[in-house]
Amino acid sequence: MEKQHIYYFDNNATSRVAEEVAREMEPFFHDLYANPSSMHFFGGSLQIYLDTARQRVADLLGARPEEIIFTSCGTESDSTAIYSALRSQPGKKHFITTQVEHPAVLTVAKNLEKQGYRVTRLPVDAEGRLNLDDLKQAITADTALVSMMWANNETGVVFPVEEAARIAHSRGVLFHTDAVQAAGKIPINLSETRIDMLSVSGHKLHAPKGIGVLYVRKGTPFTPFLIGGHQEDGRRAGTENVPYIVGLGKAAELARKHIELENTQVRELRDRLEAGLTAAVPGTKVNGRGAERLPNTLSICFEYIEGESILLMLSEKGICASSGSACTSGSLEPSHVLRAMKVPQTYAHGSIRLSLSIYNTREEVDYVIKEFPAIVEKLRAISPFADGKPLFGAGDGHHH
Amino acid sequence: MWNYTDKVYEHFKNPRNVGEIPNPDATGEVGSLSCGDALKLTLRIDKATDRIVEAKFKTFGCASAIASSSVLTEMIIGLTLDEAAKITNQQIADALGGLPGKKMHCSVMGMEALEAAIADYRGEKGGKRVVSGAERVVCKCFGVTEAVILKAIKVNGLKTVEQVADFTKAGGGCGQCKGEIEKILKDYWANAENKKFADMTVVEKIKVIEKILAEKVNPLLKRDGGWIELVDVQGMNVKMRFLGMCSGCASSAVTLKTVVEKELRENIDPAIEVENA
Repeated sequence: MEKQHIYYFDNNATSRVAEEVAREMEPFFHDLYANPSSMHFFGGSLQIYLDTARQRVADLLGARPEEIIFTSCGTESDSTAIYSALRSQPGKKHFITTQVEHPAVLTVAKNLEKQGYRVTRLPVDAEGRLNLDDLKQAITADTALVSMMWANNETGVVFPVEEAARIAHSRGVLFHTDAVQAAGKIPINLSETRIDMLSVSGHKLHAPKGIGVLYVRKGTPFTPFLIGGHQEDGRRAGTENVPYIVGLGKAAELARKHIELENTQVRELRDRLEAGLTAAVPGTKVNGRGAERLPNTLSICFEYIEGESILLMLSEKGICASSGSACTSGSLEPSHVLRAMKVPQTYAHGSIRLSLSIYNTREEVDYVIKEFPAIVEKLRAISPFADGKPLFGAGDGHHH
Repeated sequence: MWNYTDKVYEHFKNPRNVGEIPNPDATGEVGSLSCGDALKLTLRIDKATDRIVEAKFKTFGCASAIASSSVLTEMIIGLTLDEAAKITNQQIADALGGLPGKKMHCSVMGMEALEAAIADYRGEKGGKRVVSGAERVVCKCFGVTEAVILKAIKVNGLKTVEQVADFTKAGGGCGQCKGEIEKILKDYWANAENKKFADMTVVEKIKVIEKILAEKVNPLLKRDGGWIELVDVQGMNVKMRFLGMCSGCASSAVTLKTVVEKELRENIDPAIEVENA
C-alpha cells in the first residue's frame, strides 16, 4: 500500500522532530545513559553535553546559560513562573494576564481566584491586539505579576511584550511571558528586555515532546515548583532528562539558524496560502489580519459551516489542521480567543488554523488551496444557512 | 480526535437525502447558526396512509450532527407518522453504532427536528419549535400531558406538586405520577431558560433569544417579506441584522427598538439592549 503523504499544517500544535535533533539524541539512550549527578566518570562525562545544550538555548533567547532552567514542558514552565512570582511576594494578591492566554495560564488564573487572588484579564480588540494603556491602568501596588503571551497560538497575533515588560518593571511588578509559540519563529533577545521569566516548549520548535525551558532573569526572586533534588541549581528537582535536553539544545541551535527562513520562506508560504484561500473560497475572514502576526500562522473563518466538519474533510485529503470550533473541544462555546476578539458566534464556529513550518513546501500549500474550495462547497451544500443569504462582503446591506 | 464509529464517518462522508423538498408537507427546524449546530428537516407525506415517502435534511454542524441527520432520514422513510414519532435520540445514536457522550446532543437534535416536523404536519403551531416528548401523558387518571403541566408551571410560577395538582388536576388522582411531576418541576427550575438572563452562558442566552425571535418577532417581520437574525451577544448587549426586505428598509431602525427590543425586554429581561450589527 502506498503511504499517504501527510500535508502537515498543524505546527502550532506540535512540530516534527528535526532529523539532526533525533540523531544528536540517539547516543544518550544506550551509550551515554548515566545520571549526571552520579559520582563516577560515566556520570561526570555528561556534564559537558548539558552545558552545551544550555548554552545553545541561551543563545537562541539572548540569555545567559545560568538563566536557563530545563523543565518537562511549556505548561510546567508557566505554572512554575506564576507560582514562583506569587510565593516570592506573599504580600501581593493581584495577578494580571490577558483574555487570550493559553489554558496553561488561564486555568492557573482561575485557581488563583479561588485562593483569594484578584485577577485582571486584559481585553483585546477585533484584530486581537492589546492596548497597553489597559495594562498601565490595571497595575496597582498590590500587583505581583504580569503574565502575557508573546504570540497567540490560535491567531499568531504578536503582543508587544518588550514594551509591556518595561511598563511592569517601572512599577516594580514582575513580568512573565509564555513564548511557546514565539520562540524559534521570531527573534528574541532577552538581554535587551526587562522580561523576568519566559516559557519555551521544545516540541513547538522541532525538539521532542516532554522538554521545556523556563528562563529566569538573574536576580529575579525564585521559588521552585518541583522540590526534592538539587538539579538545575536547586531550581527544578528531578533527574535531568539528558537525551531530551541535548535534543532541545540542538533544536535551539537549528532554530537560531532558521529564524531568517521562518520570516522569509515560511512567511511567503503562509501569505500564499492566505491569498490563495481567500481568493478561491467566498465568505472567509482572516483573524488578526490587521495585527502583527507570527510568520507561520493563518487563522481563517468560513461562514455558514462548522470547523470540525471542515477538519475531518481535510483529514480525508491528508491535510492536518486545527479548529477553534466548539465541537472539536466538546464544549458548547467556541474558542475563547475568537470570543475575546468579538468574532460573532455566527462564524466563530467555522474557524480553521493552518500553521506552517520550514518543512512545508510550495507544492503542499498549492495542494491545500486546490482541495479547499470543494470541501467548503460540499459542506455549504449541506448547510441550511448557505443559500439565499449574503456571504461576507457579497450583498450585505443590498436591498432586494 | 473523537472516537467516531465507521458508521458515523460513512454517513458524514456520504450523507443520504441532503437537500430541501420544495413545498414540503412538513418542516422541522431546530438549532441556529450561533448555537453551532442546526438542522432543517423537510418531509413529503402520503396523506392516505400517513406514511413518510420522502425526507431531506440540511445541517450545519460537526460530523456527528451531519451523520445523525443523514441516518435519521434513512430511518424514517417508509414509516407512518405514529411510528416515526416513537423514534428516540438513543435509537438514532444506536443506528450510528453509538456516539461519544459529548456528542449525544446531535442525536437529540435529530429527534427534535422530527418531532417539530410531525407537529408541523399535524397543524400544531409553526414548524420551528422544540418539542421534547411534551405531548406525553404524565397523569393517566386525568390525561394531563407534560406540555400542559409545564405551561401551568411557567404561567403561574408553580413550585410544588400540590400547586400543580391545584392548577391542572395532575397528580390529584391515584398519585402515582407525583414523583414524575416533582422531576418536571425540578428540571424546569434548573433549566437555563428560567434563569436570570445576566446569569446565563452565551449559548443559553442565544437559545432564549432565538426562541423569542422565532415565536414573536420573525412571524411579524415575515409579513413584510423580511426577517432578523442574531449575530452576537455580549453581556446585555444583543447584535442583530435584518435580512430580506428588512435589510436596508428605512424604518428598520425603528422596528429594531419598538418591536425587537421590546419583545426581548418583555419576554426575557428589561435591561437588554438591541443594536444593528
